[in-house]
Amino acid sequence: MNLKGLFATISRSWLTAIAIAFGVLALIGYFFTSTILTGLRLLLLDLAVILAGFAVFVGVANLLNVHSKKIKRHDKSASYSTLLIIVLIVTFLLGLVARFFPAVNPLFNGAFNYIQLPVEASLMAILAVTLTYAAVRLLRRRFNWLSVVFLVTALLIIFGTVSLPFLGEVPGLSGLVRPLLSQVFAASGARGILLGVGLGTLAMGLRVLFGADRPYGGK
Amino acid sequence: MTNLVLGLIGFALVLVSAVLIIGLAAWRRKSPPVFRDIPTFARMRHAVGRVVEDGTRLHVSLGHGALSTPQSASGLAGLVLLGRLAELTSAGDQPPIATSGDSGIAILSQDVLQAASKVSAQGAYDPTLGRLTGLTPFSYAAGAITTIRDENISANMFVGNFGAESGLMIEAAERENSFTMAGSDNLTAQAVMYGTAQEPLIGEELFAAGAYTDAGRLHSSSLTAQDILRWGIIAVMLIGSILKVLGVL
Repeated sequence: MNLKGLFATISRSWLTAIAIAFGVLALIGYFFTSTILTGLRLLLLDLAVILAGFAVFVGVANLLNVHSKKIKRHDKSASYSTLLIIVLIVTFLLGLVARFFPAVNPLFNGAFNYIQLPVEASLMAILAVTLTYAAVRLLRRRFNWLSVVFLVTALLIIFGTVSLPFLGEVPGLSGLVRPLLSQVFAASGARGILLGVGLGTLAMGLRVLFGADRPYGGK
Repeated sequence: MTNLVLGLIGFALVLVSAVLIIGLAAWRRKSPPVFRDIPTFARMRHAVGRVVEDGTRLHVSLGHGALSTPQSASGLAGLVLLGRLAELTSAGDQPPIATSGDSGIAILSQDVLQAASKVSAQGAYDPTLGRLTGLTPFSYAAGAITTIRDENISANMFVGNFGAESGLMIEAAERENSFTMAGSDNLTAQAVMYGTAQEPLIGEELFAAGAYTDAGRLHSSSLTAQDILRWGIIAVMLIGSILKVLGVL
């Protein structure tokens, strides 16, 4: 092993040791409320939040890099990438100027309130259509009793929630079936799933603490 | 119950889990542990094989669970799967692409892909393969959709923290006739994924990906430990219900 390789191995071992030590400290501080442990846990979390803030800068730089590459390669979506970069720079400059000239603030807020929010709301509307189409396709692709139960339940919940034209609320559906499905069957099923997810999360966290999964410096 | 008692119970649960995982990993069994059959993972391996043969690309979507929140666990599970899939496709022409909606997860995905590139035949590592596509759920979905559409992708894995917006991404992947496997820790996303994805992962199956892709002994032992703990919790719930009915509790 050369000197560079040896240095890399040592630094990786140190990284793992530091990550495990900090993880264990934060974990103990979560369960036991001593002034020192809680203070240490909050300090570590504050450090993590500051690092996450810097990570956003790195992420935005990565976004710029990806889209500049697309423009250089003349990709199919190069025009969208150009638009994205222009809007990103304009919004960034607006935010910067608004910090020193409050008169620009409405313009900066307008970018979110009149562009970002309506676009996201329209995506939500598209999602409703997409899910309806996917529900119809589900029976064609995976025709089994679970898919049938899934679709029938979804329909019962929808018709039990909305007021139907000319009929209004269907009494048995909105007063009995929907609450029974959502508050008894769905709630108990959801608790079972969440318990499983909780155990999975615990196992995942422990594997990171043991250094078996190292998302911070390779193997 | 006081905070101290609750803290002790929580700590004991974590300690028991840790001992179980290490103990089961250290136990040299004559035969490897047998898990229930999850056809999704077999089909995933098949799709990965096809990616290598076709010279197409694999896309792993890691969700938008921030690292400093409890939702990061599903993103970390996605990173484990990404690392394993990058190894499995290392003989192929093109390395996988990872998209995420959290900058921390995006940086970690670059790290995972860089580590995998050292053993692959695909040439130098490209940092733009680990991408942050947007910081809000829908902007993340919109950015990921262009990746799904434009990068010659034939298999999409959605593993991480998602919301209802996952439906848009999966639908885009379906329109490209590509393989879609999807799992999330979020209940809304799970319902959407069940309806839209070819291969949905329900509940904790998302965290079992490592064990089913031979990621290591600790993955198998942690899955066995999860099963043991689950039975323990079921027993406690049943005993609690019986005691409640009998009027003891």
